[in-house]
Amino acid sequence: MTPEQAVTAVETVTATIDGIEVQVPKGTLIIRAAEKLGIQIPRFCDHPLLAPAGACRQCLVDVEVNGRAFPKPQASCTMPVENGMVVKTQLTSETAEKAQAGIMEFLLINHPLDCPVCDKGGECPLQNQAMTAGRAETRFEGEKRTFEKPINISSQVLLDRERCVLCARCTRFSEEIAGDPFITLNERGALQQVGIYEKEPFESYYSGNTVQICPVGALTGASYRFRARPFDLVSVNSACEHCASGCDMRTDMRRGKTLRRLAGDDANVNQEWNCDKGRWAFKYLTSRERVKTPMVRGADGELHEASWPEALAAAAAGLKNKNVGVLVGGRATVEDAYAYSKFARVALGTNDIDFRARPHTEEESEFLTAIAPKLSANYLDIDAADSVVLLGFEPEEESPIVFLRIYHQVRKRGLLVISDAPLTSRGSKKLKAKLVANTSSISGLTNKSVIIVGERAAETAGLLSQAVALSKSSGAKLAWIPRRAGEPGAIQAGALGTLLPGGRPVADSSARVDVATAWGVGTLTSNKGRSTSEILTGLSDRTLDAVLLGGVDPLDISSAALSQMLHSFVVSLEISHSAVTAIADVVLPVAAVVEKAGSFLDWTGKARTFDKAVEDAQSRSDLRILSMLADELGTPIGLDSVAATAREITSLGKWDGADATFTQVAAKPAPTDVTLVSWRLLLDLGTLQSGETNLAGTAHKAAAHISAAHASKIGVSDGDSVKISSDLGSLTLPVIIDQIADNLVWVPRNSEGSQVIANLGFTSGSVTVAKA
Amino acid sequence: MSKLTPVLSAAWDQADSFTLEGYKRNGGYAAIAKALGMSADEVITTIKDSGLRGRGGAGFPTGNKWSFIPQGDNKPHYLVVNADESEPGTCKDIPLLLANPHVLIEGVIIGSYAIRASHAFIYVRGEVVHVVRRLQQAIEDAYKAGYLGKNILGKGYDLELTLHAGAGAYICGEETALLDSLEGFRGQPRLRPPFPAIAGLYAMPTVVNNVESIASVPAIIDKGVEWFQTMGTEKSKGFTLYSLSGHVKNPGQFEAPLGITLREILELAGGMRSGHQLKFWTPGGSSTPIFTAEHLDTPLDYEGVSAAGSMLGTKALQIFDETTCVVRAALRWSEFYKHESCGKCTPCREGTWWLVQMLEDLEAGKGSEAELDKLLDLCDNIAGRSFCALADGAVAPIISTLKYFRSEYIAHQTNGGCPFDPVASTLFDAVGAK
Repeated sequence: MTPEQAVTAVETVTATIDGIEVQVPKGTLIIRAAEKLGIQIPRFCDHPLLAPAGACRQCLVDVEVNGRAFPKPQASCTMPVENGMVVKTQLTSETAEKAQAGIMEFLLINHPLDCPVCDKGGECPLQNQAMTAGRAETRFEGEKRTFEKPINISSQVLLDRERCVLCARCTRFSEEIAGDPFITLNERGALQQVGIYEKEPFESYYSGNTVQICPVGALTGASYRFRARPFDLVSVNSACEHCASGCDMRTDMRRGKTLRRLAGDDANVNQEWNCDKGRWAFKYLTSRERVKTPMVRGADGELHEASWPEALAAAAAGLKNKNVGVLVGGRATVEDAYAYSKFARVALGTNDIDFRARPHTEEESEFLTAIAPKLSANYLDIDAADSVVLLGFEPEEESPIVFLRIYHQVRKRGLLVISDAPLTSRGSKKLKAKLVANTSSISGLTNKSVIIVGERAAETAGLLSQAVALSKSSGAKLAWIPRRAGEPGAIQAGALGTLLPGGRPVADSSARVDVATAWGVGTLTSNKGRSTSEILTGLSDRTLDAVLLGGVDPLDISSAALSQMLHSFVVSLEISHSAVTAIADVVLPVAAVVEKAGSFLDWTGKARTFDKAVEDAQSRSDLRILSMLADELGTPIGLDSVAATAREITSLGKWDGADATFTQVAAKPAPTDVTLVSWRLLLDLGTLQSGETNLAGTAHKAAAHISAAHASKIGVSDGDSVKISSDLGSLTLPVIIDQIADNLVWVPRNSEGSQVIANLGFTSGSVTVAKA
Repeated sequence: MSKLTPVLSAAWDQADSFTLEGYKRNGGYAAIAKALGMSADEVITTIKDSGLRGRGGAGFPTGNKWSFIPQGDNKPHYLVVNADESEPGTCKDIPLLLANPHVLIEGVIIGSYAIRASHAFIYVRGEVVHVVRRLQQAIEDAYKAGYLGKNILGKGYDLELTLHAGAGAYICGEETALLDSLEGFRGQPRLRPPFPAIAGLYAMPTVVNNVESIASVPAIIDKGVEWFQTMGTEKSKGFTLYSLSGHVKNPGQFEAPLGITLREILELAGGMRSGHQLKFWTPGGSSTPIFTAEHLDTPLDYEGVSAAGSMLGTKALQIFDETTCVVRAALRWSEFYKHESCGKCTPCREGTWWLVQMLEDLEAGKGSEAELDKLLDLCDNIAGRSFCALADGAVAPIISTLKYFRSEYIAHQTNGGCPFDPVASTLFDAVGAK
């Protein structure tokens, strides 16, 4: 419910369904009103989040208004309830029952009865409703329509046209919800079929939802096809670890192995949708690269498997009484991040901790300390917004469910979207976003506007300051939406050099006393902690001796990050072997998200808790390992379990003292030389997507976007290759001529053939572009 | 004395009836001056008072349809002419447009003026290329003559007229599918409400009228309501085009007052082909339940046909004599509906697929009498269950042929195949040529 709906009284209507009176808000469809009474009318095309279609005709019921009966049964999924309406469903009307049975019979004549080999068998609305509304034996003796068995409509979605009942849920979803009308219904009559344009396959970031809402086995996911029967699966509620959108998820396991993941239901967050990354990127869980046992680097320079006591002792020996930096990474659960935070302060006696494994600045540190913990915007504010401003943020790529929410309002009521992006991305095009060169050209914001800043805002000096100022002057709500799922929780957990748990500024002595008391330690160090880049500098200039890392890919930070750690004592808590474990002195295997309980905070601050999905998982969560390590160091942090940690976080509560200071930073003049700009695409070379070849097949191909003037200056046209070079290296990509400033070149940040930190040494900066 | 009342077809025998000059010589384009001198509401009232009813099949009063368009809503309004004539048996709009395209254009101008539209569209069936060309030329000539475009006849009224050739789908004759197709989408019927009068073409208030309905308007404006009401019956006023086809001596279009009987039209057409008797016929195209010789004196107006259990439809009188196998006819029609079902809704899409297979078997003499009950049950599960009226039309020939000729269906089974010589029903057969 949006805030306006809450204050205006909802007009209701009263009708009778199967002799039972029901009162529903005006506009409620009959099928929905019946649900309210627990009467289930069979249906296929109907979906509460899609516009009514009335196509399958399965939900026919008898309707009478003001004593006048409709001569024909009516589709209950398209007709709103009216006052005094009398509805008779299959339960009380023979006409309705016969009508439904007739439709069911028709639906089955061309349906292959291949249920025994169909993925949907066992959880199939057609199968289920054929049992309730169908006849036991068919009267059809003719020839069924046949098609070639499944065809790929993308590398991850397969279409079995024989099974399709042509309900158009998938095509309506793609058009209405995702804004990606890459699939349509083609041909006519019984030969009607879902199809793609051959040159434009179903490469939507949301394509997996069509598999989930397909009421038959017509659309299947390539990764799950023929892998399991639904009745052999154990479903567990889970949270998505891929971004900060905060999707509710369902993970389906068989014998401890994740077989598939589905979007869960949360009306105020992801409704019933998720993105393909959340759905289909989980092979990393079972990757061969998983670290299974603790490992310690021996005198021979090689890592050797070790027992837990041995590894913990080795780690403790390397950390004890040393100057240690802690890099948490952006994927920790709230509880794990809290353990890192407490471990740094209590066991290592330092504030040198940072969760940011990405470009960051002092301005951002202050923003995260003083502003971010107090932000309150949420999805419903987007629903009610009069305009949405996107600063350093590409919702479709960086928080896809936020994108769906904005898109819904754009489609429904033409919500104004303003973006400071340098070019119109595919997402911006769908949002009809108005591009602005800088925040000074944004006007007309009100207290119903929402300003969203992404993590990339930190890459433009002064942008966060401008966002704060813009929000203050207009009353617009401010939201900060990082990419990684763990970042909002890491702020609340105090996994930052300037923050203690609950949003308490380190600089505030009463905040330190608060926390020290709760933790039962004398005092907490008051010095301002180092940021990620300062920790790395500290390691390379030997002012720090050691580093403890959670899931961190050094190439997310800088091309030099790994080499900066080389001379230090490195303790790596990891799920899989990585660049860091390759140089680490001690590697401690940690549980992946399905192997532990915990919670993630989404960008709105809402917690989504989840239980361990793999019951007999051997791996331990970060917090348990840190707790053991703290014991080994002789400075216990007492975090024995996720539940105990969660209780401790709750009892500590949120900071209600004085705000930390946020110093406005002046903007720098825009660069005039040829400059690289970039962001990450949703599907790219991200660590958690490794091994997902079907998913990777729908990733957008990397290309360099430059202006027409720029292209003609260097003598290239669409499709030609260009070489983009910096002092550190170069990359070569096909060129796309786009509407972009003449001195800018945009490339994806971490895609196949375009890994800018590795290839060029930065995420944005001065480059030369030449014909390759 | 002839019962014919040629108005739309009055000049069809003139060599240049389709040209602007020919049309004007016969008094054409006189009505628009008169209509543009009236207020728009007066035009609507005149058409309402005349009792003109839609000639496309449903018979909805044309003037009422026009009056549903909201006024003063500051939105563009559209008039769309449905010239997607594709029903088996129906052949009135195509000859009319070929012989007299300007009467439609004149009607479009008056109708658009009445509903405050400044843009009108003619959606014409794409296969009839000769008609498309003729309409194109007529529209071009009308623009040149100042009947279309800016400030028509100096009366300050502007109208653009766009001709759109459909790609050949029966479903696009359904008005909302037509609108989707006109907008560039795949032609499939839309969910109603909203009705086109509120949200039609490009979601704007739209009137969709049949060719003949619009073409009848100039004469009403020109000659008056009273003149129009001298023709027809109490509730079905005026003249209309009856299209006679099949086993008759002189098939063709017969323009007569509503309420004429088939017996009278057959007389005008010289009767059945020699030596043969009427077996069954459709009063309004293949979608209307068939009649038999017992209905020869049924008045062919909206009420009369309806009271006898069928529909006036498009007044397409398909005449079949005793050489015709009724099962075969039903199968042929069913094949048409299967081919033309748009696929959107289940009963029509799957039902027509099944019906054809059943009828094929029945024609081949397979099965028992129980099959006929199954066939009727399938029809019952299709009729009134579908998204649009196409499927109702698809089962009409089956239900009605079974009603009147059940014994003939059974004869196929007892005979182990069709008892008819299919050649005998053809016009090229010696029997037919007699």
